[in-house]
Amino acid sequence: MADERTPANFPGVAGGVLNWVDQRLPVVDFWNKHIGQYYAPKNFNVFYFFGSLAMLVLVNQIVTGIWLAMHYKPSAAEAFASVEFIMRDVEWGWLVRYMHSTGASFFFIVVYLHMFRALLYGSYQKPRELIWVLGMFIYLALMAEAFLGYVLPWGNMSLWGAQVIISLFGAVPIIGFELTEWIRGDFVVGDATINRFFSLHVVALPIAILGLVVIHLAALHEVGSNNPDGIDIKKLKGPDGIPKDGIPFHPYYTVKDIWGASVFLLLFFFVIFFAPHFGGLFLEWDNFAIADPMVTPAHIKPVWYFTPYYAMLRAIPDKLSGVVIMGAAVMILFLVPWLDRSPVRSMRYRPTIAKVALTVFVVSFLTLGYLGMQPGSTVQTIIAQVFTFLYFAFFILMPFWSTMGKFKPVPERVTTHD
Amino acid sequence: MAAEGPDLARRRFLTATTAVVGGVGGIMLAVPFIKMWLPSERAKAAGAPVEIDLSKLEAGQLLIQPWRGRPVYVFKRTEQMLETLAPEEPRLKDKDSKLSEQPAYASGRDRAIKPDVMVLLGVCTHLGCGPKLYAEPSPQDFDSAWKGGFFCPCHNSRFDLAGRVYSGSPAATNLTVPPYSYIDGDKKLLIGVDPTAGAA
Repeated sequence: MADERTPANFPGVAGGVLNWVDQRLPVVDFWNKHIGQYYAPKNFNVFYFFGSLAMLVLVNQIVTGIWLAMHYKPSAAEAFASVEFIMRDVEWGWLVRYMHSTGASFFFIVVYLHMFRALLYGSYQKPRELIWVLGMFIYLALMAEAFLGYVLPWGNMSLWGAQVIISLFGAVPIIGFELTEWIRGDFVVGDATINRFFSLHVVALPIAILGLVVIHLAALHEVGSNNPDGIDIKKLKGPDGIPKDGIPFHPYYTVKDIWGASVFLLLFFFVIFFAPHFGGLFLEWDNFAIADPMVTPAHIKPVWYFTPYYAMLRAIPDKLSGVVIMGAAVMILFLVPWLDRSPVRSMRYRPTIAKVALTVFVVSFLTLGYLGMQPGSTVQTIIAQVFTFLYFAFFILMPFWSTMGKFKPVPERVTTHD
Repeated sequence: MAAEGPDLARRRFLTATTAVVGGVGGIMLAVPFIKMWLPSERAKAAGAPVEIDLSKLEAGQLLIQPWRGRPVYVFKRTEQMLETLAPEEPRLKDKDSKLSEQPAYASGRDRAIKPDVMVLLGVCTHLGCGPKLYAEPSPQDFDSAWKGGFFCPCHNSRFDLAGRVYSGSPAATNLTVPPYSYIDGDKKLLIGVDPTAGAA
């Protein structure tokens, strides 16, 4: 019951206002549970910046997105010109648009590093399986959001990218063709498509992503954060009931994360000001020409963050199998908490075979990412097939390699305590 | 009637019927939301199948008709023209049309339902220009051993008389065959409709 809670009792006028609110809404409880008295391990390293940075980029995308939507026109006839209008005629439009487009790529950089951190330190292991699964749902929603947003400028690569991605659904047996028509809302990617993609991009998926982030964090704060040593800090508590290796999130990690955010923003705005296209990686050259259903770009490729999966799709000579492999490549990540049988969380105390396996996975992912941007010659296709095999081998063989080798003893406390 | 304590059987029945009725209502409500994604009447009208009258098409003649915003080529082939298809195959990139788009009923060597009438999308699979028909077998600037076919003037992609791409062309795949069928006792073509199924 609410009246069993001791309400806040702060002095002064401002304190009185806070007390009045706290009697009606548990703001102090909320602050303490999630920030003021949320005890996080004291040994967080650089990899632990990327969660808060992902939230920073999400806020950036939402705010810049709201402002862009004030000038953007979601129709096949007007979309391309309205983006040019934002770039040339709207006051500061170029900045807000580049913050949004660069933010999309930085979102994936941050999220990939965040996910790599989890693989490195076993952050998905019991009791954090659900945090990982919820994170995977965020990743899926983010991929959908990025694809939908990519179509909106209505450049020629927007059109043909949408054409290719939507036609992937055509590989679904029996209903495939009707499904593609249902997604497009027309026989070709056109006005109906861009209009609905706008609606999904600015309303449906942002709501889904925000909701998922809230429960991702709620699940995290329920079980507590992992750390680079993979030690359960709640096992060793001081006489005050506070973990000996825990420090309150505020002020310690708020200050640390502000520093991380500063470095991040330095890089972020460097790209925005000096290389917003990033050599055709963040904004593709073909997209500076208006969508033309009569002219196919010579080389259709997705933006860099999808290229590992795209390389797998092309490596498989059959359309349906290619789509299945590509989907499986993403979906298999959901199973990681149950594929990993390692008794130890952190890579620091795991045997060489685990380190080799993780390295093989990272090299495969990066190589596939590179190959997905290339035209796809015969030799490249063979290399892509090899790395697709290695990518899947990492996951499918995980129950075996994760228990093999000699584990180092895990210390009782984090290595850098006190 | 007013017995002491809750009647659990009655409560379970009411809970179950509420859930079922509510569930059915929810499914029915989903129908308009799902169907709103389907092509609108306007889109359907704009993408309707087109009829092409074959009665006046002479051998060697090319007819161009727009369908869904793209040109469809209908071309009448002679026996001599069809005879050029097989010997040219060593020079083709995708002679069996494995990488190319065509309906299953037009996937053979002649890529047509009836060998004499070739139906193609007049959009080069390289960069989407319109290939030109050079029907006569005679030496050309772009190919001294030309046996007749389509030539794209933009980037020199060459296709045979079944729209199959020659090696050495920038286009990777053969010209696309759209779905089509015969109507009115084979006097007319219907572009956009498969022979067996409905509109594609």
